[in-house]
Amino acid sequence: MNGTPEDDLRRTPLYELHRALGARLVPFAGYEMPVQYPAGILKEHLQCREQAALFDVSHMGQVRLEGPGAAAALEGLAPLDAQGLPEGRTRYSFFTNAAGGILDDFMTSNAGDHLFLVVNAACKAADVARLEAALPAGTRCALLEDRALLALQGPRAAAVLARLAPEVAGLRFMDSRELELAGLPARVSRSGYTGEDGFEISLPADSAAAFAERLLGEPEVAPAGLGARDSLRLEAGLCLYGHDLDETTTPIEAGLAWAIGKRRRAEGGFPGAEIIRRQLAEGPARKRIGLLPEGRAPLREGLELADGTGHKVGRITSGGFAPSLGRPVAMGYVEAALADPGVALTAELRGKPTALTVAAMPFVKHGYKRS
Amino acid sequence: MADLYFTDEHEWLKVEGGEATVGITQYAQEQLGDVVFVELPEVGSSLAKGDQAAVVESVKAASEVYAGVSGEVTAVNEALVDEPAKVNAEPESGGWFFKMTLSDPGELSGLMDEAAYKAFVEGLG
Repeated sequence: MNGTPEDDLRRTPLYELHRALGARLVPFAGYEMPVQYPAGILKEHLQCREQAALFDVSHMGQVRLEGPGAAAALEGLAPLDAQGLPEGRTRYSFFTNAAGGILDDFMTSNAGDHLFLVVNAACKAADVARLEAALPAGTRCALLEDRALLALQGPRAAAVLARLAPEVAGLRFMDSRELELAGLPARVSRSGYTGEDGFEISLPADSAAAFAERLLGEPEVAPAGLGARDSLRLEAGLCLYGHDLDETTTPIEAGLAWAIGKRRRAEGGFPGAEIIRRQLAEGPARKRIGLLPEGRAPLREGLELADGTGHKVGRITSGGFAPSLGRPVAMGYVEAALADPGVALTAELRGKPTALTVAAMPFVKHGYKRS
Repeated sequence: MADLYFTDEHEWLKVEGGEATVGITQYAQEQLGDVVFVELPEVGSSLAKGDQAAVVESVKAASEVYAGVSGEVTAVNEALVDEPAKVNAEPESGGWFFKMTLSDPGELSGLMDEAAYKAFVEGLG
């Protein structure tokens, strides 16, 4: 084994709270993180779909980019229209490599005097190094180690958070504001990764546990761990980096063309632009798809997909049980000709062929507050 | 009077009249979390000690259930197919997986009794 010894695992500012809540802690991206609480993944998942769930996502990288040319420098690394991002808005994007593959996916908010990025935990050191190497003199990039990040997600999240800061009611999906929350300076984005309405809240690390406890004191809120976060994002059809996205997957194959703005498509100027623009024009050779397995057995990451003749045509990249649907769901990649909903495929599970049908995503309708 | 045996893979075997009822322990179901799928062996199939006999899947992952002894499967708990959560709710009673004959009752001596299993689990921390 070449794993990180447990002693070397980092802890988030909520570590003691997780323990007090009875969480099962597991190593994840170098951190000791709650995979579930005593309620269990199914209940935590449904809590988020029906009420509100609180997730600790402080392991993720919070990055502050500031100085002249910060947006232009970011555009040299990612096909994001950073210069056209209005103040107070957030957009999804990805760092690409010369082959058009994805190095990480991330959120960027225009905070007025700086850009605020949230990147994946496992990629944050590489992302910061990549940004530092690309920034012009006088432009700074800092990983905010003194901030925690909480996600309050679910249809009741807005009502709960509005008790502490009434102005959050006025935010729309992907709006981002500096606010005072329970006396704390916080950056609140109306976003998340569960498919539900909700907020991501960046706040000072030393006040985060007390703030989390306050949210958990609200009747609609319960804690949820990484297990529920994974089943929620899968039902919502959202990609998990390192599984559904990686250095060999382009945004076009992944169905993320919507995140590449018009100007960036026209002008290029990001790594792999030639390949990505060609795939936009001609269509990719393979596409990310949703899959509904027949029967009750979850079909998980890594299983190969075959067509009716047994020819290998793709692979499952995420799969499991969908608690909101009471059935297994999966996503993966197949040859473009087989990517239409309704196409019948098979996967071999423990030596037995199992039928799957290509299905539209999301599996569960998004609850974003768009207006 | 039934005798209860345990494996180090967290299966229990309740032996009564030359037949063993097999399931997973309370500790195992706690470690697995919410069970969402169970695959049972076929009635009549032969199992050698240590063979994979069944599969239990939680939201997170799939795990195997092994045959603690050798024998032939005589019954399976069909209720688990429609209600896999029974494994969580009643792991050591209604959530049993299958019943099997004992082709070599001597194999039972290699398993743990309740006190030994309790100590084993405590040792896992």
